[in-house]
Amino acid sequence: MSENHDHLVERVNSDFELEEVSTAPVSEEGTRSFGTQLLGFWVTFRTMFKKVNTVQYPEVKEPTAPRFHGRHQLNRHADGLEKCIGCELCAWACPADAIYVEGESNTDENRISPGERYGKVYQINYLRCIFCGLCIEACPTRALTMTNEYELADDSRSKLIFEKADLLAPLRAGMLMPPHPMYPDMDETNYYKGDVLGSHPSQEVKP
Amino acid sequence: MTPQMTEQSTEVVDMITLVIDGFDVTVPKGTLVIRAAEKLGIMIPRFCDHPLLDPVGACRQCLVEIEINGRAFPKPQASCTIPVEPGMMVKTQLTSAVAEKAQRGVMEFLLINHPLDCPVCDKGGECPLQNQAMSTGQGESRYSGKKRTFEKPINISSQILLDRERCILCARCTRFSEQIAGDPFITMNERGALQQVGIYEKQPFESYFSGNTVQICPVGALTGASYRFRARPFDLVSTPSACEHCASGCSLRTDVRRGKTLRRLAGEDAQVNEEWNCDKGRWAFKYATSADRLTTPMIRDADGELRIASWPEAMAVVAAGLSGKKAGVLVGGRATLEDAYGYSKFARVVLGTNNIDFRSRVTSEEERSFLASKVVGSSVTYADIDRADSVLLVGFEPEEESPIVFLRLKKQVRKRGLKVTAIASKLSVGNAKLGSVFVSVAPGAEAAAIATQELTAKSLILVGERASESAGALSAVVALSDRTEAKIAWIPRRAGERGALEAGAIGNLLPGARSVADISARIDLAAAWDVEALPSEIGLSGEEIFAAANAGEIEALVIGGVDPLDAMAHHDSLTALKQAFVVSLEIRPSAVTKIADVVLPVAVVAEKSGSFINWEGRPRAFEAAVADSLQRSDLRILSMIADEMSRPIGLASVKAAAKEFASIGTWDGSKAEFTSVAPSALPALKEDEALLTSWRRLLDEGTLQEGEENLAGTARQPVAVISRKRALALGVVDGDAISVSTEQGTVVLPVLVEEIHDDALWLPRNSRGSHLLATLGVASGALVKVVKE
Repeated sequence: MSENHDHLVERVNSDFELEEVSTAPVSEEGTRSFGTQLLGFWVTFRTMFKKVNTVQYPEVKEPTAPRFHGRHQLNRHADGLEKCIGCELCAWACPADAIYVEGESNTDENRISPGERYGKVYQINYLRCIFCGLCIEACPTRALTMTNEYELADDSRSKLIFEKADLLAPLRAGMLMPPHPMYPDMDETNYYKGDVLGSHPSQEVKP
Repeated sequence: MTPQMTEQSTEVVDMITLVIDGFDVTVPKGTLVIRAAEKLGIMIPRFCDHPLLDPVGACRQCLVEIEINGRAFPKPQASCTIPVEPGMMVKTQLTSAVAEKAQRGVMEFLLINHPLDCPVCDKGGECPLQNQAMSTGQGESRYSGKKRTFEKPINISSQILLDRERCILCARCTRFSEQIAGDPFITMNERGALQQVGIYEKQPFESYFSGNTVQICPVGALTGASYRFRARPFDLVSTPSACEHCASGCSLRTDVRRGKTLRRLAGEDAQVNEEWNCDKGRWAFKYATSADRLTTPMIRDADGELRIASWPEAMAVVAAGLSGKKAGVLVGGRATLEDAYGYSKFARVVLGTNNIDFRSRVTSEEERSFLASKVVGSSVTYADIDRADSVLLVGFEPEEESPIVFLRLKKQVRKRGLKVTAIASKLSVGNAKLGSVFVSVAPGAEAAAIATQELTAKSLILVGERASESAGALSAVVALSDRTEAKIAWIPRRAGERGALEAGAIGNLLPGARSVADISARIDLAAAWDVEALPSEIGLSGEEIFAAANAGEIEALVIGGVDPLDAMAHHDSLTALKQAFVVSLEIRPSAVTKIADVVLPVAVVAEKSGSFINWEGRPRAFEAAVADSLQRSDLRILSMIADEMSRPIGLASVKAAAKEFASIGTWDGSKAEFTSVAPSALPALKEDEALLTSWRRLLDEGTLQEGEENLAGTARQPVAVISRKRALALGVVDGDAISVSTEQGTVVLPVLVEEIHDDALWLPRNSRGSHLLATLGVASGALVKVVKE
């Protein structure tokens, strides 16, 4: 790039022919009557008597819309096994590259999810996440869903990288903490179809 | 050194013109329709078709409409099995509704029994079935019945998993194993919907090339155990690279996730490895990420313990320890060309000596003369194997020591019945597969057998590094070549050796094939390096350097990537080395770092750029696969030491070294003369004595294979091989243990009776329970005592 700009530098403003711009005040056509002006104030006045939408957050918290995109959750099957199979499709779908997943093999001694594979490492970086929900659409097992939780502010960047333990759904009644074996006589297809409705006594791992 | 193109271009080939989708295309006779279409840029979907395998027409995905001279085939035809013919009109899915519908139908059939487990499948994201189901399949299946299921996955070897549900029966893996590798351990069993890939009950899938079946599987039916569930294609940063294991010079693709190599695939290079590689090259890379990697410089303190030091401190200690001393340099086979050049220049310019040797193995003076006169600067290529009328193997087991050379020999044996002759003491598995003529000799008696061979000017003599272990063998090879004009190719076992030879990391040669003895070559190089003069005395060999260090004649050693136990029994000499000042450039702790005064950590191949020179003399350049590594190359460290000692070698980067090495060029003056050596007489054997012969197996206990258990699981079992006659004399059968001993130690292994010279006994050189140089102190040609356990 060695264009010659000298011809521009040498010229001063007076070299250019500037168009005359009128600086006279602009007057609007017609005048507003006092009645018309009062009508405008009426909107203001009426609003003073309406119910206020503002709430005193954080003392008062309003529920979000039911489909609000909040923090993610990694769901469990009814017996407590994790639904996540570590397939990385969420990470693949993510337009912000906010998700990091590492898969691992399930073994008889260490079964975390039904089937062959589970997610060993699962991280969502909420500094990057744009809450678009494409990861939820990509998830083949409905393992990843979004909650309505929106209070994600924190005081350090590292705290905003959520690990698997932060994202996993809590154990509900009838669920057992993995690792534990699969429900007897059920395969992973049964799990996906929702045939497993709770844990079986044989799934409890005795210490 | 650039390999010449094949003579094939001068052959007259009939050309045939046909019409595909309304476009004329002219291709050589015998071309398949599917390839002719590729030439036009028309992609016909396919699964079983592979350009390097025989056509089989198993998957039926490539159906097209064909008519010849106006006569149409009544049904769509598989374009991967039909060769072109004059007057042929082909309509692919692009112009024919019939072909399009047929392909769609085949895809629907293939998907009937294919499980919907793409999310857990390792192939997901790079799967030809996934991709072509999207391009030529339909969104909905009309099949609502139950899919065929199998138990999944099953291990067909410790390294390979088979998921039979996913298999679409394209027979690529079975054809590869049979046609390319010659290991027909897997086959198609059963019929109809139950047809499946299976292994023979009594033979595990222990092929050295099994990894290729994973790579060519068009679905996720065959997957590698080590890469199972590790990553998705989009996670991986792929870098074209070169293999650091053997001198075949395979081009590879290294896939890295977050600074860690997760897998390596065979790269495509038609002139070298075609599309294949061996399992060692594919899977042995975990040594680089092992927990005991050296990461910081270390200095031995007054108590004799290594302590962590900073780079400036370590450099100061090295500089003080090396300056003004008589020194020697030992470079291992892992060095790249640039690193070896760095060592070579460092020895001459900084240490002022020719005492340098890259051969960390059993060597001889005869070999050094052979390398300087016949090998350096020469270029025999894979294409020469393709053209040879016969190939003679001397001290070389292609399958174990250079697997891609084996594949090329196998290809020519299969294609045109190439005659391969092996001069050895034991008929190896590889040579049996090649159908080689086995010339059985006692260990040490190779020279006489070589002398009686009849070759022509179109023949090839492939000489392995073990030829140096038999006195007179290399002299006999040179004499044979002089008599018959057969070409000689030297195929070392390790990737760095040929490059180190070209770089002059040996006592009688300077970089670029300049002989140390040639004064004009020395002056030429001194001018190029801008130094006063170069040392004129021929340097000591590796073994002599060790001996001189023990005798106190050499006071300082720079050792990079050498395991002293590879070369000779250095048990005692290692401790004696303590009197010398030893600088060790290493990746991981070794026998040398245990005694070294300063240990400097170096980068592995994946962490640096550089190049290897394969046995052909062909440069195999590669870039760093792991970005932003903090590790420094040997070259960079040597340059730092040289700077510290105020004798700069000016090789701060790989690029600078490559540029300088290219600029000094190959010496066009006279080459060194070969000095012939007479074979030594064989010792007389007693009843319980045998002559030892051995080689390293491809998969053994080499340091670069550590940390990969799945790979080690496919290694051949360590056995002691004896002849039938000896087995009868000892009263042993297959499986009985025998002990093999020298004065230094004993190796006990189960017996296997095979075709081997009656005087010989074979042991694996570095396998589990059989570390010959460390235990017995000898590797070949020596007398050992054989007793039944």
